[in-house]
Amino acid sequence: MTESVPALRVENIHKSFGSINVLKGISLEAYEQDVISILGSSGSGKSTLLRCINLLEIPSAGKVYVRGELIKMRQKKDGEHVAEDRKQVERIRSKLAMVFQQFNLWAHMTAIQNVMEAPIHVLKLSKAEAKEKAEAILHRVGLHEHMNYYPSQLSGGQQQRAAIARALAMDPDMLMFDEPTSALDPELVGEVLKVMQSLAEEGRTMLVVTHEMGFAREVSSRVLFVDSGRVEEDGVPEQVFNQPKSLRFQQFIAGSLK
Amino acid sequence: MDFQVIIDNLPLYFQGLRVTVMLVFFSLVLGLCLALPIALMATSKSTWVRILPKAYIYFFRGTPLIVQMYLIYHGMGQFEAIQNSFLWAIFKEAYMCALFAFALNTAGYTAEILRGTIEQTAFGEIEAAKACGMSRAMAYRRIILPSTFRRALPAYGNEVIFMLHGSALAGIITIVDLFGAAKIVNSRSFVPFESFITAGLFYLVITFIIVWGFKKAEHYWHAHLRPRES
Amino acid sequence: MSSVIDYLPLILKGMLLTIEVAVLSLLISVLLGMIGALAKMSGSRIARSIAGIYTTVIRGMPDLVLMTLIFFGGQILLNNVGEKLGLEYIDVSPFVAGVITIGFIFGAYMAETFRGGILAVSRGEIEAGYAFGMTPMKVFMRITLPAMVRHALPGFGNNWLVLTKATALISIIGLHDMVFNALVAGGTTRKPFTFLCVVAFLYLLITGVSDIGIRWLDKRYSVGVRKA
Repeated sequence: MTESVPALRVENIHKSFGSINVLKGISLEAYEQDVISILGSSGSGKSTLLRCINLLEIPSAGKVYVRGELIKMRQKKDGEHVAEDRKQVERIRSKLAMVFQQFNLWAHMTAIQNVMEAPIHVLKLSKAEAKEKAEAILHRVGLHEHMNYYPSQLSGGQQQRAAIARALAMDPDMLMFDEPTSALDPELVGEVLKVMQSLAEEGRTMLVVTHEMGFAREVSSRVLFVDSGRVEEDGVPEQVFNQPKSLRFQQFIAGSLK
Repeated sequence: MDFQVIIDNLPLYFQGLRVTVMLVFFSLVLGLCLALPIALMATSKSTWVRILPKAYIYFFRGTPLIVQMYLIYHGMGQFEAIQNSFLWAIFKEAYMCALFAFALNTAGYTAEILRGTIEQTAFGEIEAAKACGMSRAMAYRRIILPSTFRRALPAYGNEVIFMLHGSALAGIITIVDLFGAAKIVNSRSFVPFESFITAGLFYLVITFIIVWGFKKAEHYWHAHLRPRES
Repeated sequence: MSSVIDYLPLILKGMLLTIEVAVLSLLISVLLGMIGALAKMSGSRIARSIAGIYTTVIRGMPDLVLMTLIFFGGQILLNNVGEKLGLEYIDVSPFVAGVITIGFIFGAYMAETFRGGILAVSRGEIEAGYAFGMTPMKVFMRITLPAMVRHALPGFGNNWLVLTKATALISIIGLHDMVFNALVAGGTTRKPFTFLCVVAFLYLLITGVSDIGIRWLDKRYSVGVRKA
């Protein structure tokens, strides 16, 4: 499905940490309702790519367009790149919700408080509105009974579902997942993947960095394979998995157990 | 600022330095000797055995050092029984009063450090000792206490520094330690800023030496915690 | 025994003064501690150096030396400054001197405690705050600060306990706290030990109550924090 303005367009992104070049010119486009899985081995740069989109890392070169809007960046005197307009970055971030590998729930708040926090303080919702919304979303991810628990009182799977609820509460244009199940015990992975699958079926635009081949193959509308900072594969799952073009990807799937 | 006075009086400061170092050293040694039995008693499973050492620790950690020192220095004189006994030879000396008070004080703090560290000994290590057939005494001697002393080093280093700083109180009861020396210089020449800042600098330098010393000790005694040298 | 009871009100009056000094010093030390911690972690090299010298020097010298220094030395400094400005002889009351000194000293200890608390806040939680579009101020107020308070609570409680005992030193600069009054009463009645025991008991009361309070605070506020 092609739209006139992609939800996200990333043009020739480069990122270096000191002398290490992690991203060597990545471009991609994501349209509404795309569910894009990004695969790659450790150190391939896939997480860095995601973090460059919401500027948790600043690209060394390249452009990021969110819904057609270019994120303004400039270069400081010492060569370091910074975002030009902080308010723009904050506004854009509020529309791109992120789910982290380590959950990153705020430990001093209960699950429901975590979900209500950004809607109240960034979207300026009233406490009542935020609460109503939070309860509905927590119900949706299956945490209704646990909403007054603290993160330390929840299992890993429950914490990650709470983190997903927190992301959903922002009504984001796009959901970004940074290896959402990598820190979970195998038995808990399933419950999180189930929630993610239902979100995909709902028509959400999702960018998922993951090791879960099953999810990549069955649920996503597109699969990217990143290796050594470059996109080696980009296409629909059937094509990428059955007729991979790159040798590296063939080695990659051969090496994984699924 | 008249620092010439200070330079002229340096011998006095060095004399005070000597008194301070000796006083702190002996207080720490006596305190440590006392602290170990107190700590061991405090870790006992029997409530009756625990009560006295815990009360001791509670008292010496819950009241100011100056009050403890005054209790001995000013307070001992209240009791005729002491005045008439051989103990008076000790308690009428300001130096002895200070030493006694400081030793009891550091014994309390050190005992608490040791107690906490002993109780935090990895349960697995104790179980392994039992499984080898070690008696309780041997387990303590070969496993628990060596481990305790190593782990307690950082906290004990802090205690040594606190004892050093606390020892300045000796200068109030006529002892010519570093603080006492500063007081004398000040009362002779009316240079409060210069005299006391000099004493302060002496204490600062000794503090740095102690910190350095403990870092070295920790480096050596914590060798088992270091990552493998590649 | 009657003479002891006669002097009891004096001791209790001294205790009131002790508590006043302790609480006021605590407030000053928290303020200085917050400033010091932020300075030590700031980008400005000057701020970091000043804060570093402050915490290192204060924690490297005995409280007693610092107190005498600030009280006597400060008095002279103030007079010199006053002279140059043409002001009259400014008398610093021992009360003000005592509060400022203890507050100043423990500001250094609080700075280290707060700094440790801030460093202990999980990087990921702060990142999540930014990722959701929060401004730096919002992240600090809603995420960093509450988490820091929970991490710093044990150290803060410990500093308070040490501070309450340090107030006993103000008897040396002439403040009529309970130690001072106990020596006066003890001298008159020839029963210094008795009165000092009363003072010791009152200190145990203060530290005991503080201990209970700190444990209550710890339990209440560390629900979310994972214990080491």
